[in-house]
Amino acid sequence: MTSERGGPPAAPFLRLVRIGKTYPGVTALADVDLEVARGEVVGLIGENGAGKSTLMKVLGGVVAPDSGHIEIDGTVHRALTVPQSLAAGIAFVHQELNLFENLDVAANIFIGREPRWGGPLHLIDRQLLYRRTRPLLERLKVDFDARTPVATLSIAQRQMVEIAKALSLDARLIIMDEPTSSLTVAETERLLDVIAELQAQGVAVIYITHRLNEVKDCADRVVCLRDGVVAGALAHDEIAHAAMIRLMIGRDLKALYTPPGRQPATGLEVQGLRTVLFPDRAVDLEIRRGEILGLAGLIGSGRTELARALFGIDPPLAGAIRLDGEPITVRTPHHAIMRGIYLVPEDRKRSGVIVEFPVRCNVTLADLHDHSRAWLISGGRECATTERQKERLHIRTPSIESEVITLSGGNQQKVVLAKWLAMRPSVVIFDEPTRGIDVGAKSEIYAILRQLADAGVAILMISSDMEEVIGVSDRIAVMHEGRISGILENRDSFTETNVLELAVNSPARTAA
Amino acid sequence: MQKKDLGLLVLILVVGAITTALNPVFLSPVNLGNMANLVGLFGIFSIGIGVVIITGGIDLSVGSMFALIGVVFIDLMTNKGMAWELVLPLAIGLGICFGVIHGVLVTRFNMQPFVVTLCGLLIYRGAARYYMADATIGFGYAGGHETLEWLASGRSLGVPHTFIAFVAVAIVMGIVLHRSVFGRYLFAVGKNEEAARYSGIPTNLVIASAYVISGALAGLAAVFLAFYTYSIQPSAHGNFYELYGIAAAVLGGCSLRGGEGSIMGIALGTVLLQVLQNLVNLLGIPTSLNFAVMGTVILLGVLTDQQLQRRRARLLAVKAHQAKTLGAQPARA
Repeated sequence: MTSERGGPPAAPFLRLVRIGKTYPGVTALADVDLEVARGEVVGLIGENGAGKSTLMKVLGGVVAPDSGHIEIDGTVHRALTVPQSLAAGIAFVHQELNLFENLDVAANIFIGREPRWGGPLHLIDRQLLYRRTRPLLERLKVDFDARTPVATLSIAQRQMVEIAKALSLDARLIIMDEPTSSLTVAETERLLDVIAELQAQGVAVIYITHRLNEVKDCADRVVCLRDGVVAGALAHDEIAHAAMIRLMIGRDLKALYTPPGRQPATGLEVQGLRTVLFPDRAVDLEIRRGEILGLAGLIGSGRTELARALFGIDPPLAGAIRLDGEPITVRTPHHAIMRGIYLVPEDRKRSGVIVEFPVRCNVTLADLHDHSRAWLISGGRECATTERQKERLHIRTPSIESEVITLSGGNQQKVVLAKWLAMRPSVVIFDEPTRGIDVGAKSEIYAILRQLADAGVAILMISSDMEEVIGVSDRIAVMHEGRISGILENRDSFTETNVLELAVNSPARTAA
Repeated sequence: MQKKDLGLLVLILVVGAITTALNPVFLSPVNLGNMANLVGLFGIFSIGIGVVIITGGIDLSVGSMFALIGVVFIDLMTNKGMAWELVLPLAIGLGICFGVIHGVLVTRFNMQPFVVTLCGLLIYRGAARYYMADATIGFGYAGGHETLEWLASGRSLGVPHTFIAFVAVAIVMGIVLHRSVFGRYLFAVGKNEEAARYSGIPTNLVIASAYVISGALAGLAAVFLAFYTYSIQPSAHGNFYELYGIAAAVLGGCSLRGGEGSIMGIALGTVLLQVLQNLVNLLGIPTSLNFAVMGTVILLGVLTDQQLQRRRARLLAVKAHQAKTLGAQPARA
């Protein structure tokens, strides 16, 4: 990808010097130094909770550091205010995009700063608004125009709107927080190209991500935070996957894969399944008991729709499903649950748990009849089950009566798992099981996946995280535009190239 | 009893004490009996509306249901001479029918509860007026329904039967809501319908059932109300009563966003509303100010409650943060 860098970097215009920030009981940042030069792309990596967000909040003027100082163009500040940060040309492109879907692109870019006619009504000068928007969009070479309603744009396009907004503010530094977490491969490449172009125009970028490949592709320099301190920095030619992982966790990541403990047996067989998204494409797939079947593919390739169809959220249009050789029909989630087919959904807070409910109510929600006598809930049984699951899955919560919203992402995910593992699973579908979860909790969840498989459960793991798909699966199925484009049976064939090729090209042959 | 309900109880006692201080008639047996009667009348259907609100919906139609079910009920009893044993279940059944229609429109056809029940409010009122050609209907002197009249408007040991019925309904619904599987489903659906569906809960059925419960209780309340007023003027009977129900539920801690509330709260909310009405009467405040007083108290009550909750949430957040950071320290070291 485009990452030719020439000459020594310019002198930094922004310096964070020995920044420290302590919250009651925890040191969020200690003596952190960071410099950014004109047109430089700095990759910022680190586990969740390493201090990345706090550092960025210092830059945005939202958090005042306890110690250290910030130099902008040689002027020393103890702390920044939000207007100072804006004036310094620091702009953010957030993970959750903050756009108004009901307005068009130009209105979003100039929201709150609309050019106005004079006069008492301060009417918006629409002509000028669009005239000012166009050159911004041209700089980014986007494929939509200033009058397009944001509601019709894809996530990648919306990101471009955010970047255009940053440019309209004369940004010298754009901070991108996990910009590619919802993008497809092609969109990610496009974004990396835009970053290179921004760089050529002299705009600096701080690129925060968990996806180390992207850092490798675009960053001039990588800075890694760990527990609030700079764990190390890598110059452009030192940036390598293993080196970054070592910095992030302070040790080499041991191989994720553990082999299955039993011979896979017939589990869930899917034949000719058609979903709403791709009514003319049929899916054939076998998920065996005792194995973890990874399901890779681009976003929009129909993976989530397959999961929803198998779980009865959107009943399939056609096709046959057999469990242990016996034909079954799944029209509602209730049917699926009766058969032991469970889904751990992608959007945890929306579909996985009721965050305002205590842990106990979430764990027993799908199986209340087993925790009741004559329709009346037995609190004792509920507590017993929940305590048992809490022990088994190491859910870190002060009490089983704590509201789920107070738990960390990893522990929330364990609550979803606890709900299903308290029952009798035959097939468990995991849709992005470790999204937004820190490294420690991730490996715990992988261990649970393997335990389940070894107990004879058929596991389907949908994931966009290549490392996870390759590292955890026994077999990998890849989806492309509504059909299975290939299945990798052999661990030797598990490479990013093989998976990507199937995800993008849909070749006729099945890679062996 | 939850903290919230306790606060409401204290408020009731304070308002009661002030009223008594200014006019001792407040505590006289006659006044208390009358209040209990009204609490019973309004409480029965307020519980139904509360259940709907817990699912995140709203029921605006009950006031008009009282008029329509009421005129049909009196007409069948007095003019058609049907036995009350038959007419009573018919009245409740009519309420259930309306509830089913609301439930189906909300769940199957994905219509907004506000729109569905607003149309219900208009349609039932219009139907009641048309049915009677806008004429008033009463029980008159026909007789033959003394048993039912005694059941609906009589007293045992000085306690109005409406109040006894209300307490019975409250206990049953309290158990259903706070102890049963269905009750847990109601709260789950109200808080996060999507997550409830992903847990295998038949969300549509649960939501529709809430409207059916509200309809059934409205049918029951319609009978009590008919005997309370003894005659029904179809254009005015039960006007605005749905608002009393919504007010009681909101005062009692039901969030219009769904997923929150308790039967105890709704019951106390109903009591508070009636105490306030009584206060207006006893203290010689012009009756025209009735609604204004009620509105003011609800506004202040909900405002205070929210401020207190926000403070509690902030404290909790600080505590959780401390616990998390303290817990994380040794693990990292």
